[in-house]
Amino acid sequence: MARKLLRRAFILLMLIFFYLPIIYTVVFSFNSSKSLSKFESFSLKWYEKMFHSSDMVNSIYYTIAIAVLATLISTVIGTITAIGLSRSGRILRGIVEQINDMPIMNPDIVTAIGLLMFFSTLAVKKGFVTMLTAHVMFCIPYVILSVMPKLRSLDPNLLDAALDLGCTPMQALVKVIVPETVSGIISGALIAFTMSFDDFVISYFVTGNGVNNISIMVYTMSKRINPSINALSTVIIGIITVGLTVVNVIPPIVNAIKQKGKIRKEI
Amino acid sequence: MKSFRKLVYPYLLWAIIMIVIPMLMILVYAFTDEGNSVRNFVFSLGSFRRFFSDTVFLVVLRRSIYIAVLTTVFCVLLGYPMAYAMAKSRFKIHLVLLVTIPTWINMLVRTYAWRGMLDNNGLINNFLGFFGIAPLKFLETTFAVVLGMVYNFIPFMILQIYTSLEKLDKSLLEAASDLGANRLQRFLKVTLPLSVPGIISGITLVFLPAVSSFFIPKLLGGGQYVLIGNVIENQFLTAGDWSFGSAISLIMAVIIIISMYITRSLDKKTNPEGGDD
Repeated sequence: MARKLLRRAFILLMLIFFYLPIIYTVVFSFNSSKSLSKFESFSLKWYEKMFHSSDMVNSIYYTIAIAVLATLISTVIGTITAIGLSRSGRILRGIVEQINDMPIMNPDIVTAIGLLMFFSTLAVKKGFVTMLTAHVMFCIPYVILSVMPKLRSLDPNLLDAALDLGCTPMQALVKVIVPETVSGIISGALIAFTMSFDDFVISYFVTGNGVNNISIMVYTMSKRINPSINALSTVIIGIITVGLTVVNVIPPIVNAIKQKGKIRKEI
Repeated sequence: MKSFRKLVYPYLLWAIIMIVIPMLMILVYAFTDEGNSVRNFVFSLGSFRRFFSDTVFLVVLRRSIYIAVLTTVFCVLLGYPMAYAMAKSRFKIHLVLLVTIPTWINMLVRTYAWRGMLDNNGLINNFLGFFGIAPLKFLETTFAVVLGMVYNFIPFMILQIYTSLEKLDKSLLEAASDLGANRLQRFLKVTLPLSVPGIISGITLVFLPAVSSFFIPKLLGGGQYVLIGNVIENQFLTAGDWSFGSAISLIMAVIIIISMYITRSLDKKTNPEGGDD
C-alpha cells in the first residue's frame, strides 16, 4: 500500500524533526570539543564546568525548589477552591471562573509585565518569593480546571449520605470528596509541576537579585556558544524523561503486561 | 452543603490581587505617560501616538504579524497530514505520547538546540556539505525564526486536529462512499469540514504564542531581529518605560482579539450550525 507507506514516512520525518534537536543536545553535551557538528570523543568536561559554576547549580536548585513548592501550594489551594466552586451559586462561580481563565488566555508576556509592575509598585524584593508567588498564581488555574470536571461527575448524594451518616463537613471532604477526585488532583499537580518547571517568560520578568531558574540561565548564557548549556539542557531533559517514565508511561506499560499475563493465564 | 462555598473566598481574594490588579495596572499605565509612579492619574494617549507615528515600530508590528501568520500556516500545512496519519495509524496512543513529550521539555532548551544545528558550522550545514552545498546562512534569518516557532508550537496544532479527527463519526464516511463519493470528495466534503473546529483551536494555540514570543527571535534571529515581544521586553527590562510597554502589549492584545474573531468567523462559515466545543 503506497498510501500507507507515505503516511508512515511522513510520521517518521515529523518524529525526526521533533527529536533530532533533543538528541543533538544530549549527544553534544558529551563532546570533548567545542565543535557544533563534529563529535570528537566522549568527555564529561562540560558537566564538570557546569557543576563548578555556582550560577548553574543554583539555577537547578531554584527550578526544582520552586516547582515542588508551587505544585504543593497550587494543588492544595486549587483543589479546595474547586470543591467550593462545585457547591456555590452560578454568579460567584461565573466570576471566579472568568478571573481564573485570564492567565490561561493571556499571552505569558502580558501576565509577566502585569506582575512585574505589581511587585515593583509594592517594592517587594524580587527573587525567590516573587518567583514562587507568580508560579503559584499561574499554576492554580490549571489545577482548578483539571479538578472541576471530576467534581462535576461526582454523585451529589454522596456528600449528603456522608453527612447523614454523621460525618462532619471536614471529614466528608477528606474521606469522601478528595478520594473520589484524586485522579483529577494528580493530573492537576502534574500539569502544575511541568508548567512551573518549564516556565521562562514569567520567571524572567519577576525575578531578580541573582535568583535564576534553568530557563533564564539558558537565555542569558546563550549569547555565546557555550556547550555547558548542552550539559544543563541534558540535565533537564533527563529529569523530565525520568519523571515522564515514572509517572506517565510506566503505569500503562504495567497495565499492558498485567493484561497480557491475565489473558495467558486463561489459556 | 452551603458551608463549602466559603472555600472559594480565599482564592477569590488572591485572584483579585494577583490576577485582576496586575491586569488593571497594564490598562492604567497604557493610558498615561507620567512615569512609573502614577500618583495622580492623567489620561493620555501619548504612548499610542508614539507607537503609531514611528515607522520603526510599525515595521516591527507588521513583521510580528507576518511571522505569526506564516508560523500558523506552516503548522496547519504540516500538522494536518501528521494528525491525519496518526488517526489512521495502529500506534495512535504511542504517537500521541511521542508528540506530547517534547512539549514537556523546556522551550528554551529546545530552541537553543536549533542554534547549534543551524549554525554556519552546525550539523545541518555539515550534512549539506556532503552534497557539495556551500554553508548556508540559516541563523539570523526569517527562516530560522519561523522554523523555531513551528518547531515549538506545532505539537499543539497536531493534538487539536488529531482530537477532532478521532471524534469523527466513521459512519459518515461510509455514508459518503455509499452515496458515490470518491476518496478525495469524501475528504473534502466530510473529513475536512468536520475537523475545522480542531484547526481553529489549534490556531488559537499557535498564533497567540507566536505573535508574542520574544526568546525565539532573540535566540534564532539574533539581536537585530526584533518582534513586538522584544520591544515589550526592552521597555520593561531595559528602558523601564512602563507606560509605553503597557500600551504596546495592549496593542498586541487587540491584534490577538481581532485575529481570534477572524478565525472564529471562518469556523461559522464552514460549520453554520456552530458545532464547536
